[in-house]
Amino acid sequence: MRFRFKTGEGGGLTLAFVGPLVVYVIAFLVLPTLMLLAEAFSGKRGLTLKYVAALGQGQTVVAFRNSIVLSALAALVGVIAGGIAAYLVLRPGMKRGVRSLVTSFSAVAANFAGVPLAFAFIATLGSLGIITVWLKSAGVDLYGMGFSLYSLPGLVLVYAYFQIPLMIIVFTPALEALRREWREAAENLGASAFDYWRHVGLPILLPSLLSAFILLFGNAFSAYATPYALTSGIVALVPVEISNVLSGNVMISQQTGAALALGMIVVMVAVMGLYALAARRIGRWGRR
Amino acid sequence: MKGALGRLLPEAWLGLLGLYFIVPLLATGAFSLWEGGSRYGFAAYVALFHQPKLWQSLFLSVRLAVETILLGLVVLVPAVFWLNLRVPRLRPVFDFISVLPFVVPPIALVAGMTALYTGPDWLVGTPNYLVIPYVILALPYTYRALDLGMRVLDLRTMTEASQSLGAGWGTLIFRVVVPNLTTALVGAALLTIAIVMGEFTFANILLFNTFAVYINYIGQTSATQASALTLLSFLITWLAMLGVLVSGRGGRSVQIGGAR
Repeated sequence: MRFRFKTGEGGGLTLAFVGPLVVYVIAFLVLPTLMLLAEAFSGKRGLTLKYVAALGQGQTVVAFRNSIVLSALAALVGVIAGGIAAYLVLRPGMKRGVRSLVTSFSAVAANFAGVPLAFAFIATLGSLGIITVWLKSAGVDLYGMGFSLYSLPGLVLVYAYFQIPLMIIVFTPALEALRREWREAAENLGASAFDYWRHVGLPILLPSLLSAFILLFGNAFSAYATPYALTSGIVALVPVEISNVLSGNVMISQQTGAALALGMIVVMVAVMGLYALAARRIGRWGRR
Repeated sequence: MKGALGRLLPEAWLGLLGLYFIVPLLATGAFSLWEGGSRYGFAAYVALFHQPKLWQSLFLSVRLAVETILLGLVVLVPAVFWLNLRVPRLRPVFDFISVLPFVVPPIALVAGMTALYTGPDWLVGTPNYLVIPYVILALPYTYRALDLGMRVLDLRTMTEASQSLGAGWGTLIFRVVVPNLTTALVGAALLTIAIVMGEFTFANILLFNTFAVYINYIGQTSATQASALTLLSFLITWLAMLGVLVSGRGGRSVQIGGAR
């Protein structure tokens, strides 16, 4: 109530209304991040590049490479499978029921992740999973053929469960913005379906596809609970490595953990920067 | 030939995807009913029902979700209100701030927070501490929901009307603006519930026994009980998202990073 009398001067009031949010974000997001920065660069005697330089060695390189390869593959699978699904569901002939079913199921599945998702797949395709056992009794030995749920390809298979629905959700608006007139115009000029997609459809959708890929990449890259519950460290991934440091499971210094976390943030900053760039290009073909 | 293929391929594709999404759920359901050998029944569910630890973890997560929603609103409602009413020129700045949580993965944030805050014990030592990072996790969604909700309100008229009737800022915000935001708030709250109920990273690292941590713990001892809890977790997510869809926020509410 105190502030009521100050209505004339906007500054104090603005501080009172907006200040708590700013302070909160600084205290619990910005400062912890800066703390990582400080830790990653500080040794026993002042500044050091030792820990950040250690990111380029052995296990950490493997972890970063695994994380990036996994996220890229999971994003690619999501973009392709989800993109095609979104297109098929939006086609004129599709029943309304199917469309709303896909939309609502996507909202659920995109939010269903982490430990429960890992267990669902262990019950299905784990070494004693129902499908694994069933296929084995039918003469197909998945694990004998080299498949494993607890590997990089296995993780991609599991990540697809939240990546594909996420793709459907973020890509649907872009597809809806594709105007029917463009296709009709192309057809009137004698273009085949292939020509249309090659010269009109895909170029227009390219920024949306790119931004969706980047978003899905970031989504997979920061995943921790799913790989933790699924692989328990068999596949070295950056988030799992950080958690090992934090839980004191391995003889790695806290500074190395900070450097790893900082490395993740650097990747995410790049990801979000690219996302913003791609998103800016999408506006061009929007409805006018 | 091309026509038949053109008709069959799309359906095959969607059917295959449908299988991919349904089979794990069915298999988990079947697994949760398995009692060894070829016997099936509800033993896992009965055993879980009598686990006080399950109920404790479930209630803890529900309580944390409610606290996260409340603290998030207390921090965000005044700020978003003021952005819409008086300082729209600051909007780009706050749009940027609101997506910052995407840039810092939860595992990195928890590393930073444990390095920075080691006390006081009454805060760091209780599960309530989790509410602080959870508000950050939910920030992008809550901010966007509130912003979209307030954009369509005539805040200026509301402010002038209530102030000329003698209302202070507190009364104005919590008795005039917030009641007009029900749809937006319900959407934000349900998404927050979905995030907090499934959140594993912070709780696991900070050693608090939330629902997701309990599921993981059960998974080490009993695969059938873990399957039953997995279904329960899916049901919670499903209910929360159904609520979001029904409350009219559309299918675009989706968490990124969050509980994964």
